[in-house]
Amino acid sequence: MSAASENMAAAPDDHAPIPAPQTPFRRLVSDFCESKLAVGGLIVFAVIALIAIFAPLISPQDPYDLMQLDIMNGKLPPGSHDDYMGITFWLGTDDQGRDLLSGIFYGLRISLSVGIASAFLSLLIGGAVGLFAAYAGGKWDAFLMRVVDIQLSFPAILIALILLAVLGQGIDKIIIALVVTQWAYYARTVRGSALIERSKEYIEAAQCLSLGQNRIIFSHLLPNCLPPLIVVVTMRVAYAVMLEATLSFLGMGLPITEPSLGLLIANGFEYMLSGNYWISFFPGIALLLTIVSINLVGDHLRDILNPRLQR
Amino acid sequence: MLAFLIRRTSQSVVVLLVMSLLVFVGVYAIGDPVQILISPDANQEEIQRVITSLGLDKPLWEQYWLFLVNALQGDLGNSFVYNQPALKLILERMPATLELAAFAVVIAIFFGIPLGMIAGLRPNAWYSRTIMSVSILGFSLPTFWVGLMMIMVFAVMIGWLPASGRGETVDLFGVPVSFLTWDGLQHMLLPAINLGLFKISLVIRLTRAGMRENLLMDYVKFAYAKGLSSSRVIFLHVLKNIMVPIVTVVGLELGNVIAFAVVTESIFAWPGMGKLLIDSIGLLDRPIVVAYLLITVVMFILINLVVDVLYSVLDPRVRLGDLKS
Repeated sequence: MSAASENMAAAPDDHAPIPAPQTPFRRLVSDFCESKLAVGGLIVFAVIALIAIFAPLISPQDPYDLMQLDIMNGKLPPGSHDDYMGITFWLGTDDQGRDLLSGIFYGLRISLSVGIASAFLSLLIGGAVGLFAAYAGGKWDAFLMRVVDIQLSFPAILIALILLAVLGQGIDKIIIALVVTQWAYYARTVRGSALIERSKEYIEAAQCLSLGQNRIIFSHLLPNCLPPLIVVVTMRVAYAVMLEATLSFLGMGLPITEPSLGLLIANGFEYMLSGNYWISFFPGIALLLTIVSINLVGDHLRDILNPRLQR
Repeated sequence: MLAFLIRRTSQSVVVLLVMSLLVFVGVYAIGDPVQILISPDANQEEIQRVITSLGLDKPLWEQYWLFLVNALQGDLGNSFVYNQPALKLILERMPATLELAAFAVVIAIFFGIPLGMIAGLRPNAWYSRTIMSVSILGFSLPTFWVGLMMIMVFAVMIGWLPASGRGETVDLFGVPVSFLTWDGLQHMLLPAINLGLFKISLVIRLTRAGMRENLLMDYVKFAYAKGLSSSRVIFLHVLKNIMVPIVTVVGLELGNVIAFAVVTESIFAWPGMGKLLIDSIGLLDRPIVVAYLLITVVMFILINLVVDVLYSVLDPRVRLGDLKS
């Protein structure tokens, strides 16, 4: 209140110090910190990402080194202790006697890298297509957007299932399947915002300066299309992680040698009916935390990056 | 209207043709079904006989052409495994899937609209914030894991509801349905909630956004100024206006629900066509996979068409010619 009245008083004479211009990034950070939920989400996600990166260093055991496994430790409940090997299975073990906590750490690594790699690749492909469609216009635009429309009218999971049935299992194959199902979202988003930005005056100004087309597209148009794109990327990473887990659960995704969270959950399904709930339960919680934290961040980013809601 | 329908139908035929080609070539590149179908100790002659009888010895384009000609006559080939027409097998399973999907959508609307209205009326109240936070959870929960947890809690631990199967069915117009028997309803409850969970969040968000937008409009102020009670304004005037986007999106999502039924059906062993698809992919039963895809493509095209027409009926301002297909 007092700051506002000071400004009012200072406005008429021009000697008042002009506040340092806030960079867009700073504004974004301060807007973002307004929501405790979103900050919490970001922190949880950061922790999960660190766990995934440093999984081999912090896991109690290497769950895929057969020398360290003992089949006698199979299906131990959470908190069991193995005196011989000197480790405690805080989250229990699976049917092979694998420490679930370590399994989850390694699983997070695979799930997150598949999600992020596929989002990044689809961003590249979809972004290029969207920019091209917006800039070329005319027949190309109509054709590409028709392809996008048709593709988006089919559920992602169905397309991914069929692709994986054709391609087979493997980490590269699931990334291909995820990219094929996701590029269209990026293409549509980039095209939409590029069309709006393209008609603005700064692009006209850049054209009047006879800047090269590539320079206009990549250093003027693209940065201004970023806000909606950032939101789509966060939401799509979460969706990609979920889709990968679902496909792996159905046995169509990753092979057993690269166990993501989805495979761990599928593995526990068999034993759940006999009451060994933890084999499915804990990997699911890890998956849930990952997806919720990304979505919380994305949801709030959408609010603060939406120009219609800008204060 | 007629011109719109004709244009849309001809577009759909092109899409269907392209899809059938992609699916056919794609699916026929998977593995070798002969190895699975024939016992390992069969001799060369027997193997040759099976290959010929399945038409696998012809070049791919000829197989596709035969497939297309037969498909136009309603014959999508015989299942390699069941040795019955693929179309018949899928149509037998279809009512179970559609019933489940419809029940899931009903649940989504039944819970989603009231919750969304509450959250939209008082957007800053604590209960509205809770509803919205929980709806993010609904978006983020992996369907298959929720299904497992539901089985664990309700079927294994408490033992209230059965974990798998369809239960007792009754024939309604010659089609077996579960929702008319108590046993069938019990079997359907868990899978339907599982399938509908994601959609509840969606409907909550749509309803809330619609409420917030509409409550600021002049017609609402006018209705209040006229002295109408708030329940009449909300339930009659506002609700009518927010239904337009909800009907459109829920209609379009129906296709998604049917596709996601693949997951729910596998978990709850629900004998629908999604489970048939997963089993057939595993068994390399190509005709079933191809037939399933073509049927779902046709279904999606029909759903989109119906939703577009419905949209123009609900909102007279929309002219069908303007709609993108």
